[in-house]
Amino acid sequence: MADKPTLKKADFQSDQAIRWCPGCGDYAILAQTQKVFPEITEKKEDTVFISGIGCSSRFPYYMNTYGFHTIHGRAPTVASGLKLANPDLSVWMVTGDGDGFSIGGNHLIHLLRRNININVMLFNNRIYGLTKGQYSPTSEQGKVTYSTPMGSLDYPFKPTQLALGAQGSFVAKTIDKELKHLQNMIRRANDHNGTSFIEIYQNCNIFNDGAFGTLTDRDTKADRLLYLENGEPMIFGNDKDKGIILEGSKPKVVKIGKKYSVEDILVHDETDSLLANMLSNFTANPEFPEPLGVIYCSERPTYDDLMADQMSKANEQPKQTLDDMLKAGDTWVVK
Amino acid sequence: MAKKVNKETLDNVTIRFAGDSGDGMQLSGGRFTQTAAIVGNDLSTLPDFPAEIRAPAGSLAGVSSFQIHFSSQEIHTPGEKPDVLVAMNPAALKVHLKELKAGGTLIINKNAFNPKNLKLAGYETDPTEDGTLDDYYQAHFIEMSKLVTLACEGIELSPKLVERTKNLCALGVLFWIYDRPLEPTIDWLKNKFKNKPEIIEANTNALNAGYNYGETAELFTTRYVVEKAKLPAGRYRNMNGTLATCLGLLAAVEKSKMSLTFAGYPITPASNILHTLSNWKKFGIKTFQAEDEIAGIGAALGASFGGSLGVTASSGPGIALKGEFLGLTLITELPVVIINVQRGGPSTGLPTKTEQSDLFQAVYGRNGDAPTPVVAATTPGDCFVTTYEACRIAVKYMTPIIVLTDGYLANGSEPWMIPDSKDLNDFDVSFEKGSETDEKHQPYKRNKDTLARNWAIPGTKGLEHRIGGIEKEDGSGNVSYDSDNHEHMTYTRAQKVANIANEIPPTQVYGKEKGDLLILSWGSTHGSCKVATEKLLTEDYKVGHVSLKWINPFPSDLGKILLNYKKVIIPEINRGQLRYLIRAEYLIDAIGLNEIKGKPIGASTIVNKCKEILDG
Ligand code: SF4
Repeated sequence: MADKPTLKKADFQSDQAIRWCPGCGDYAILAQTQKVFPEITEKKEDTVFISGIGCSSRFPYYMNTYGFHTIHGRAPTVASGLKLANPDLSVWMVTGDGDGFSIGGNHLIHLLRRNININVMLFNNRIYGLTKGQYSPTSEQGKVTYSTPMGSLDYPFKPTQLALGAQGSFVAKTIDKELKHLQNMIRRANDHNGTSFIEIYQNCNIFNDGAFGTLTDRDTKADRLLYLENGEPMIFGNDKDKGIILEGSKPKVVKIGKKYSVEDILVHDETDSLLANMLSNFTANPEFPEPLGVIYCSERPTYDDLMADQMSKANEQPKQTLDDMLKAGDTWVVK
Repeated sequence: MAKKVNKETLDNVTIRFAGDSGDGMQLSGGRFTQTAAIVGNDLSTLPDFPAEIRAPAGSLAGVSSFQIHFSSQEIHTPGEKPDVLVAMNPAALKVHLKELKAGGTLIINKNAFNPKNLKLAGYETDPTEDGTLDDYYQAHFIEMSKLVTLACEGIELSPKLVERTKNLCALGVLFWIYDRPLEPTIDWLKNKFKNKPEIIEANTNALNAGYNYGETAELFTTRYVVEKAKLPAGRYRNMNGTLATCLGLLAAVEKSKMSLTFAGYPITPASNILHTLSNWKKFGIKTFQAEDEIAGIGAALGASFGGSLGVTASSGPGIALKGEFLGLTLITELPVVIINVQRGGPSTGLPTKTEQSDLFQAVYGRNGDAPTPVVAATTPGDCFVTTYEACRIAVKYMTPIIVLTDGYLANGSEPWMIPDSKDLNDFDVSFEKGSETDEKHQPYKRNKDTLARNWAIPGTKGLEHRIGGIEKEDGSGNVSYDSDNHEHMTYTRAQKVANIANEIPPTQVYGKEKGDLLILSWGSTHGSCKVATEKLLTEDYKVGHVSLKWINPFPSDLGKILLNYKKVIIPEINRGQLRYLIRAEYLIDAIGLNEIKGKPIGASTIVNKCKEILDG
């Protein structure tokens, strides 16, 4: 990381007119990304943004780096091929809840499982925006949309839980309105060696306005958001008077004061996968606050590093030319 | 008293090894092939496997076969009806007997003809006992299981493993009949089972047992000699289509000095390409077993975006899944090589059988106006140069390209004159150089001759740009919904593909340059059509043969050549897909010869049909 950034935010802004709806949460995410990037790279030519299809997937057009707006759901495949071809690049993938979990679900889980060093930003607005408002795989059951006038029947995914189940080595969650936090998650994803998955709650003010209202409204958010800090107790609430404890194997929200002190409160450990699984389960559970931050982070060898190892091992084999290979095996001469 | 043995010389022989999947027929066939190659025969082979990996032992579904046609003359096909059938069990006999030539030789493993196997094959009486075979064939019933058991006495090996050596015993018998050396096979065994001396010994003993059986048994009174073939001078090796395809890719890497990224998903009969390339990492070839077919081409495209040549291979059903990505590759104008090892379709169809029915899919199988170059290999060895050229042209024209081979080409083999790498066309790659100026990079700036766009790869300073599946403004590459630009781009993409015709060498006509009938083939029907043409020419018919490799674009001289004949016939293993394209392009009323039986069309079928047209 450079001490003093050599690039500025403006260097990451492309000359293309931005076409998101006014008021869309995507603007904030783009702005925070452009703000953070001068800190995390000195070489924008080494940065590539790859996306699928959907509102969020327009993102690469607005970043003045290399970019590839691919097809619906398939960004992980293109990103993987690119990273394998040139592991020196910093590859970022932008996707949405429909793109990443519906049509592209298979690719996303395999990317996480392989642990290729790619950073994934999943904008979750719990709706299909670009196709004008159908329910998505993260919409709550019973969602009334154009395609579900009597309410949707299917149960939603919990994205961070899915990412953990797919063996993600870095799983984090943030929200479009929490600008500093969002920036921080982008930094953390960049620092992590392996596939980094950030779920970003993003408001679609046209088709699903207020989906995260209780998490962003001044009055309610303190009671609804749990900021995770590694090594810190899980405390939340307006007066920092609530916390999470474990009762047997079950988490529970308690009031800090008479019965429980800060010492009783569960301490976050990013490297604990059991804890991470528990936290990812808080999503959409009214009993618990919504955890924001790095839920899980534990490095293991990346696919790209392991491949580089194999490539260099193979390089130690005896040298052969193309003509050696053409002539290999049993040959005979006809005169 | 030594028995009296006659020696007779033959021009060519076709042998079919048939047995249960577990009987090792592919191995026997492969060893016979290698020996024929070393002896210097011309040859052509056709393996045929069941679709099931382990069909019930002894069942009709579990029969596997391998046919070899070898000759002292130049040949182009694996032969039609075999002269010799090796049947290791009743099911193999049942499946293949109908194709054995009348009076042909039958070599049967007598021990496998037990009540259980007979019943599985649907025989009510034992054909080796009831005399039905002796009337029509030279049938030899050999107790191979017993022979190998005796031959392997004293070797510490389970009876089951000893029994397995009977394929070598059958091979030994054939080596005796055709007077072939055993050493190449023994050397091969020594190499293959390096650390298993008892396996080497058992198999060698079994081989010798078969050979000695021929020597001593009174049954065999004639040995046959098939002399060396007079092939064009050069160094040869036996080559199958899969290896040739992989060597073509390797040649692309070595000549272009680019890296290559191969991404694929397992599918019959294309998986062997992935297997072979996975062993060639030291040449800078990276292989990636993707989670599905879509990911295979997606990763290949990602690699190409990054400046490594992206390649994927599959078969029809997998290519169908890749369709959307073909469109993205085309509109982003990046080079990706897509190899389709065709098999019987539609849907899962006949996975282990050959067919030429994906031609429409290759030419048309995408949404939008999406012209994509299509090139087909004509023989197993030809897969080499076809694949190499496909890579070269993909990069030169910045385009996806589809290479069509098929199950027969991939698994079949022929003697291949080893080329010198110096004789391949040059393969230049130029990535755009970085710039420090403020001048805006134009990702869709084109080469005037080819219309290929620039290739600027991530990591290059000053060339940052975005591409994607939305229509692009020519030059700037910016997203454009402008209607005139869209029409301009549609025609530009088509013209770029049409320009590839400049790369196609003049079309070779075999036989008469003008005449009554042109036999037009594409891809693997090359061999049968060539043989049919030879035959018709010797009977003074005025016929010519053109073997088409390029289907999109067609060679520029093809239209003229078609007009030099009164009629055109197109034999293909589909319902007439090339015929449809030729009719549409040249308004010529081509005649179809369509046989869709999962195997190459026989030359005699083509000869008969041509005569019907010419004499009729
Ligand atoms: S439809 Fe929704 S997600 Fe899409 S740009 Fe508009 S506000 Fe944003």
